Amino acid sequence: MSEILKNSLRSGPDASGHFGIFGGRFVAETLMPLILSVEKAYGEARRDPAFTGELSHLLTHYVGRPSPLYFAKRLSEQFGGAKVFLKREDLNHTGAHKINNCMGQILLAKRMGKKRIIAETGAGQHGVATATACALMGLDCCIFMGATDIERQAPNVYRMKLLGAEVRPVTAGAGTLKDAMNEALRDWVARVEDTYYLIGTVAGPHPYPAMVRDFQCVIGLETKEQMKAQEGRMPDSLVACIGGGSNAMGLFHPFLDDGTIAIYGVEAAGHGLDKEHAASLAGGRPGVLHGNRTYLLMNEDGQIEEGHSISAGLDYPGIGPEHSWLKETGRVTYVSATDEEALDAFVNLTRLEGIIPALESAHALAYAAKLAPTLPKDHLMVVNLSGRGDKDIATVAKFRGEGGVG
Amino acid sequence: MSRLSQRFADLKAQNRAALVVFTTAGDPSASVSQAILNGLPEAGADIIELGMPFTDAMADGPAIQEASKRALAGGMTLQGVLEMARNFRQTDQATPIVLMGYYNPVYIYGPERFAQEAAKAGVDGMIVVDLPPEEADELLAPLSRSGIDFIFLTAPTTDDDRLPVVLNKASGFVYYVSITGITGTVSASEAAVGEAVKRLKSHTQLPVAVGFGIKTPEQAAAVARHADAAVVGSAVVERVAKGDVKLVHDFVAELAKGVRTARK
Repeated sequence: MSEILKNSLRSGPDASGHFGIFGGRFVAETLMPLILSVEKAYGEARRDPAFTGELSHLLTHYVGRPSPLYFAKRLSEQFGGAKVFLKREDLNHTGAHKINNCMGQILLAKRMGKKRIIAETGAGQHGVATATACALMGLDCCIFMGATDIERQAPNVYRMKLLGAEVRPVTAGAGTLKDAMNEALRDWVARVEDTYYLIGTVAGPHPYPAMVRDFQCVIGLETKEQMKAQEGRMPDSLVACIGGGSNAMGLFHPFLDDGTIAIYGVEAAGHGLDKEHAASLAGGRPGVLHGNRTYLLMNEDGQIEEGHSISAGLDYPGIGPEHSWLKETGRVTYVSATDEEALDAFVNLTRLEGIIPALESAHALAYAAKLAPTLPKDHLMVVNLSGRGDKDIATVAKFRGEGGVG
Repeated sequence: MSRLSQRFADLKAQNRAALVVFTTAGDPSASVSQAILNGLPEAGADIIELGMPFTDAMADGPAIQEASKRALAGGMTLQGVLEMARNFRQTDQATPIVLMGYYNPVYIYGPERFAQEAAKAGVDGMIVVDLPPEEADELLAPLSRSGIDFIFLTAPTTDDDRLPVVLNKASGFVYYVSITGITGTVSASEAAVGEAVKRLKSHTQLPVAVGFGIKTPEQAAAVARHADAAVVGSAVVERVAKGDVKLVHDFVAELAKGVRTARK
């Protein structure tokens, strides 16, 4: 590789938090000084060996990293094409990739002297990870969760409460992730002195999209080393599901500058792209919400529409701004999978490999099921298994018309 | 002289503050909302803040969130908001109208097109809650070409280092958010408002309006003793919700009485 002067796709955002026209800091003035202080504190922390050392220690001994890169032999045989490897983020403590980011941000919040942590959650994975981090550090924790999501993710709600968090139901709007984020922002604006907002995905005002990405990049960095150790080379393709897009960004980012690697982000197509869905890149357009400019689902008057997905972690009408930028640059190919395809993939992996994937991750598996059979047998594909599916069994049972759960 | 400058100059000559009244366009319905709007000057509003409804009013409390919901359910659009301003201008040429809301609908409408049409409709200023000075240029430039003031928010968290960043781009007046919180919740003390206005005045010549948490004629009077304008939103909107035009105007008249007698 002699392209030393090649422009990197990994250098964003710019100083004011923009990825091309996307990103930025679209927040009320009351929050602006706070956002700037988070940016400053993060800038200092990431260069401080004490901070990175403590984070790395927690990731190893508390989270259980590195997570395995598992060659799914039976799944690959069924597909009859590419060799499919699963990056096992489901094996992390708390059962998903969310904890990677929470460990980083909780250390930052402590460093900033904050006493109270708030977070939004959809599927409850980020809420559980945040509540876990707060229990570990002895900080107060308040999780905002849509009333609809509370109903469909009951086990995670109870886990958060056991961990000592207050779970505040949000009834505004459709009672899902978007509304939970609104309410968390409203709470933050009223408690700026003592509260830190631990955003769970690569969205929101700068520096969150970049910071959350940095904390999740451990996924891609490990994958690089593990693939080299197992196969002696880089993977040929990467596949990950996208709601806000943090597990995908964490896997993709370290590989962006290697143009030979095909990268696929899988959005939730819900009932279908011509019906109710949560695929903001496929069905939305650039707009401004929750502190950043990005692709959003909205009507012709710029009013935000609700996303729909069987997976509570994906039904958000927006997406991280860096994904919007990667779509426009063409570096990442964004595709989608429907509720039904995700359910099929969910059951398939469970039966074939004995691994119950999160419904979110099942979207990535659903696309892999389409793509892998078309590829040669020496093609190395990595699918990010971003979380475990225990939380989803009631939803799946209901959808399949099977009783006995709940 | 712009309508806003004229209004503040006139009130300064009378040694009193302005009463700024907020109502959401289209709340509770297009026709009732227009009737409320048209009667506000006679009821005693000196400046009108007309809310542009939005699905995700992140800086607002329940009262104004519900107002947006009602307005949107009734079919209000950004074009509808401008239509209301146009109708208002048929009977009132003097009372300034400031549009207040969130950026996405304006961005989707197109900042240049919106600025031109808003100016034609008789709009004098804009407050866009989620557009801090760092992101405001793309709307500020078209507005300034159309002669519309961009009114920035300042907050208790906007310290002396940051104030110039905000004030350098401000025109019309400066809006001081008197509490760290959302609309229609807690209220600041008179002493805190007095201190804050003094701090802002040491940085700017622009009139200072104070809002968030002002619910009664007494609170409006207390603010009016210190600031150039007192803004009442949620307390008005709670009465708008009842759909009774007279109830709203009677309340505004009480607020106006408080503001007009504050310095006597």
